[in-house]
Amino acid sequence: MGKSIIDKIWEKHIVHREEGKPDLLYIDLHLVHEVTSPQAFSGLRMKNRKVRRPDRTFATMDHNVPTLNRYKIDDEIALNQMTTLEKNCLEFNIPLAGLDSPEQGIVHVIGPELGLTQPGKTIVCGDSHTSTHGAFGALAFGIGTSEVEHVLATQTLWQTRPKTLKIEVNGKLAYGVNAKDVILYILSKYGVNFGTGHVIEYTGDVIRNLSMEERLTICNMSIEGGARAGLICPDETTFSYLKGRKHAPENWDKAVQEWRSLVSDEDATYDKVITIDGHDIAPMVSWGTNPSMTAKVDGKIPATENYQDETDRRALHSALSYMGLKEGMAITDIAIQHVFIGSCTNSRIEDLRQAASVIKGQKVYPGVRALVVPGSQKVKKQAEEEGLDKLFVEAGFEWRDAGCSMCLSMNNDVVPSGEHCASTSNRNFEGRQGAGARTHLVSPSMAAAAALHGRFVDIRKMNVELQATT
Amino acid sequence: MSGFKKLYEKAVAMDRVNVDTDQIIPKQFLKRIEKTGFGKFAFFDWRYLKNGEPNPEFELNYPENQGASILIANKNFGCGSSREHAPWALQDFGFSVVIAPSFADIFYQNCLKNGMLPIQLPTAEVEYLLKEAQNQPYFLHINLEEEKVEDDQGFTATFTIHPYWKKMLTNGWDEIEITIQYSDKIADYEKSVTQN
Repeated sequence: MGKSIIDKIWEKHIVHREEGKPDLLYIDLHLVHEVTSPQAFSGLRMKNRKVRRPDRTFATMDHNVPTLNRYKIDDEIALNQMTTLEKNCLEFNIPLAGLDSPEQGIVHVIGPELGLTQPGKTIVCGDSHTSTHGAFGALAFGIGTSEVEHVLATQTLWQTRPKTLKIEVNGKLAYGVNAKDVILYILSKYGVNFGTGHVIEYTGDVIRNLSMEERLTICNMSIEGGARAGLICPDETTFSYLKGRKHAPENWDKAVQEWRSLVSDEDATYDKVITIDGHDIAPMVSWGTNPSMTAKVDGKIPATENYQDETDRRALHSALSYMGLKEGMAITDIAIQHVFIGSCTNSRIEDLRQAASVIKGQKVYPGVRALVVPGSQKVKKQAEEEGLDKLFVEAGFEWRDAGCSMCLSMNNDVVPSGEHCASTSNRNFEGRQGAGARTHLVSPSMAAAAALHGRFVDIRKMNVELQATT
Repeated sequence: MSGFKKLYEKAVAMDRVNVDTDQIIPKQFLKRIEKTGFGKFAFFDWRYLKNGEPNPEFELNYPENQGASILIANKNFGCGSSREHAPWALQDFGFSVVIAPSFADIFYQNCLKNGMLPIQLPTAEVEYLLKEAQNQPYFLHINLEEEKVEDDQGFTATFTIHPYWKKMLTNGWDEIEITIQYSDKIADYEKSVTQN
């Protein structure tokens, strides 16, 4: 029987297998950030334990960091959390891309950027969006703080073998439709827990033709469907992205040769298969309080009668009441007051190029506050070299330093209560961007278009030359 | 961590689907570097009004729902962020068991690591419990050893839990201590990979 890439990576990392126990799985790369690690380090210290492989661990700070005046942190508790990470990294000898490092950025942006993320690796981080790294054909998943401590101490985790789910996206994407729309479409169709207990493998022509940045966007939001991990078999696109990166393997040819074997066999079996036609996908906008509450930009907010289940009806009413929206309302009638282009979902150079290609020469709509937050200091530098920062600033966007920023608003970048934000991030949960804030998830081009019009517009009707991404 | 065997405690209902960990413990409370003291911030945005007063319409604020140790929830409980602050907050609030038709994977694991028992039951059984818990006081017997949930009106349900986690919970073991016993195997694995 054939094996999928998921089976292959799993089996290669089993340290110990025994009846009645989960598998003891080796972890190749452990990424660490300031929010979910302090209690883990305290745990080590209390038991006088060491970090087993500091060389397989890499830390940065991203969740709390200011994106303006980054060294002036007013919030003492946040500052303490960042200083604590610095102290912990120093004490346990862990490499850290701190605030002053040119390599600092969102953990899921810098992993790939530095070449730490590689095909075939098992990668964990105390952050649910660790699924992002699966874009390289790695088995990458988020863990809690207890598991962070466990990996620090042992470089392993006890894991029950997940089920496998193949999502095949066939055909082609239409003009104006991109990776963010693909994953939002999948969530709108299958909900927020179809992937629970599973690892997703994305495949099909649409996926094959995506750039690395776009693949990262899709794998990033696997967790919004309940799957801890989502991955894509590595190919030439993957190898050419990685070549020459700082931490890429020294013996490059040998590594590529090994990576080429990381494909799913043609007769591989999966626990579940979903097939999607790329032609069915349109630019998407979320209207509710979880990522499955999403509609096509030329569509409408659903009505009570669209749901059979009583709890789903209640969820609709509660979401619309929070969002201040009405059943049956056209998506293009939703006005926005804020725009956020950033987050581990959409803050890479290509995302910024895509947004920039929409705004050329135009201005942000009066009264709209629009933020561009590059995913890393390296992305920021590259964008500035390409002149994108000027383009954004001239249009009326604010140009910031790298961090998680308004995706979860742990720093000062907050959406005020009751106001709507077109956001390229991954979660539209209640209060996510600030207490009472109303989030709409969209792609970078749709966010930029909303910034110019103060409401959602169909990018396909804007007559712009979109940055070709594939 | 002390072992979990059985308990007889008050159970309350939170009949909402897809309760995410952002609701269980909002981000502004994740900046602390301790594991303790998160209970007072649990469900913060639902639990308190803008003026800081308790929201009388929030189910866990109902006078009859006070003093519960068992939370009966709905599908996909604990979805979203991996923050372990969520089980820390629930536990510090007073819950030691959560019952739901389904849980998000990371949240489920995070509960187990903290000696909290997540119990998955079929939808129909959870619906019964959600309804019964509207009439307080409502108490449940939880027996981890026998994998059973019972009420005083004759309801009985069985659940399953991986034997490894069951053992871990029952004995209150330190998982890292166990894994360290496999250090030689881990070293062997590392050696075999480098040689390749």
